[in-house]
Amino acid sequence: MHIPDGYLSPATAGTMYAVAAPFWYVATTSVRQALTGRTVPVLALFAAFSFVLMMFNIPLPGGTTGHAVGGTLLAIVLGPWAAIIGISVVLGIQALFFGDGGLIAFGANCFNMAIVLPLVGYFIYRVISSNSEATSTRRLVAAVLASYIALVAAAFVAAVEFGLQPHFFHTADGTPLYCPYGLDEALPAMMGGHLLIAGPVEALTTGLVFAYLQRTHSSLIKADVPGKREGKLWLLWGALGLVALATPVGLLASGTAWGEWGVDELEDLGLGFIPSGMQRFAEWWPAPLPDYGWPRMGAVIGYILSAFAGIALVALLLWLLGRALIRKGQVSTREPPPATTDALR
Amino acid sequence: MKSEGFLSRNISNITHILESVISAEDLCRAPGLLQGLDARVKVATVVLFIVVVGLARSLPILGAVFVLILALGLLSRIPLGLFLKRILIFIPIFTAVIAIPALFVTPGEPLVTVGTKVIITEQGARTAGLLVLRVTDSLSFGVLLILTTRWTNILAALRWFRVPSLFVAILGMTYRYILLLLHTVNSMFLARRSRTLGSLSGGENRRWLAQALGTTMAKSHHLSEEVYLAMLSRGYRDDGLVLNGLSLRRWDFLWVAFALAAASLLLWINQL
Repeated sequence: MHIPDGYLSPATAGTMYAVAAPFWYVATTSVRQALTGRTVPVLALFAAFSFVLMMFNIPLPGGTTGHAVGGTLLAIVLGPWAAIIGISVVLGIQALFFGDGGLIAFGANCFNMAIVLPLVGYFIYRVISSNSEATSTRRLVAAVLASYIALVAAAFVAAVEFGLQPHFFHTADGTPLYCPYGLDEALPAMMGGHLLIAGPVEALTTGLVFAYLQRTHSSLIKADVPGKREGKLWLLWGALGLVALATPVGLLASGTAWGEWGVDELEDLGLGFIPSGMQRFAEWWPAPLPDYGWPRMGAVIGYILSAFAGIALVALLLWLLGRALIRKGQVSTREPPPATTDALR
Repeated sequence: MKSEGFLSRNISNITHILESVISAEDLCRAPGLLQGLDARVKVATVVLFIVVVGLARSLPILGAVFVLILALGLLSRIPLGLFLKRILIFIPIFTAVIAIPALFVTPGEPLVTVGTKVIITEQGARTAGLLVLRVTDSLSFGVLLILTTRWTNILAALRWFRVPSLFVAILGMTYRYILLLLHTVNSMFLARRSRTLGSLSGGENRRWLAQALGTTMAKSHHLSEEVYLAMLSRGYRDDGLVLNGLSLRRWDFLWVAFALAAASLLLWINQL
């Protein structure tokens, strides 16, 4: 999944740096607060470990070998923010020393493998494993499932980055300038490989190592260094963002949802006539973004932008409503500070 | 897979990485054109060239850039065999495999036809060539940088470019401990192999590997605490400092002038 330079246009690569930057910023500040002083040695050692993990040939059933990323494992042990920095550092060293992943594609690689992967993995792990013992089977299942889904999610994001290239960057005669495969080819190719091979390798490695840690070093799975507990709200925002990113999947479906026909579609359905009431009300509200499309944008980007615009709008309305209600009833929403804490998690 | 094969493969992989890092460090110290330049100048110009390669839209430009890369490699006295081995193996070959279907699926003017059926289109051949050459060129610039610049100087350059000191400090330390951990796990593999008679099943190998990985992870955790205490006792105050022995000389200005001229020329031809 390490994208070399040349697959993505410089414009895409630059955009991905900009997308990754806020995550790096938040990760740096929150890790600094949580680890006070220990940041550099702890992250350096775990980053070095995750580099070594990525180097290993894992023997697979059937006689072949594969490599794992280990991002979810790192997020489980260190927390998602520290994992973001740790994996970014590893990707930087891989790109510089071994040409594994490009230098201008570094932002994109970090977004896929150092941001999406640990955040998704950690979120799923926390949801499934909540309120379970460190050595419980549920926690093991959570780690395995989370690592599998996280790797597939990272591959999906990478495939979207590839797949957008020929739509946006080609010469006048239609020669694609960068990755030549569109979404319809890149998505199945990447998803197939990662659902069937890379995902299981990741899940297998994570599961085996996690089970070993449960038996022998369960302190690594529970708390390690005392510090500040993060609010959990970001988990919800992360999930919402991912769902928004996945909205273009709807484009794969054909037809219109039952009962959501537009006036033009009613005729095609063979109704033969349009009820006069419908006709009258159909046009009274001209939607600013008809069919979730944005002017001069591809359908996929349009969907994603529409999803984010929608979320922002709803969030703004709820926030305004919440403020009004709180002022009216003087309701305090502040929670008591948490008693026990695990740094980073 | 036989356990012997799986263990040997890991040992040879890790040894290969350690060797390539050591050979790169040796080359950085040898005299040569790029070795004599300031690290900041090299980092900036390498990024500039990779962007130019990214913007280039024609095969001749990308070909010319590759000739420039080979010339720079020779002037920096990098053994050609080693250089080609590092830039051509794996990534460009892997990319070529990825690019092959594009020859056949890209619609456009016919280039190769069998009977009346169009097999390869001109656009398909061009897009595959662009991808492979672009990947090779970009990768080669990165390899040139790492083979001719000492790691401490790259870190100092990154710091100079305002990369946060936290990142730079972690990068520097991670590199050190990667070498240590690789050495440790290599010893584990060697010890295991020397105790293995006959072959073990895949399941047994996986279990052993999980233990090796888990132990290494716990070891890293333990070591991080010890390293922190060692740093603390030497007066560490949570602010990464990078030694900066960088200084600009006449050659650096000449190189920057050359790089800017070459980049502008290539971009100008690109626009024609």
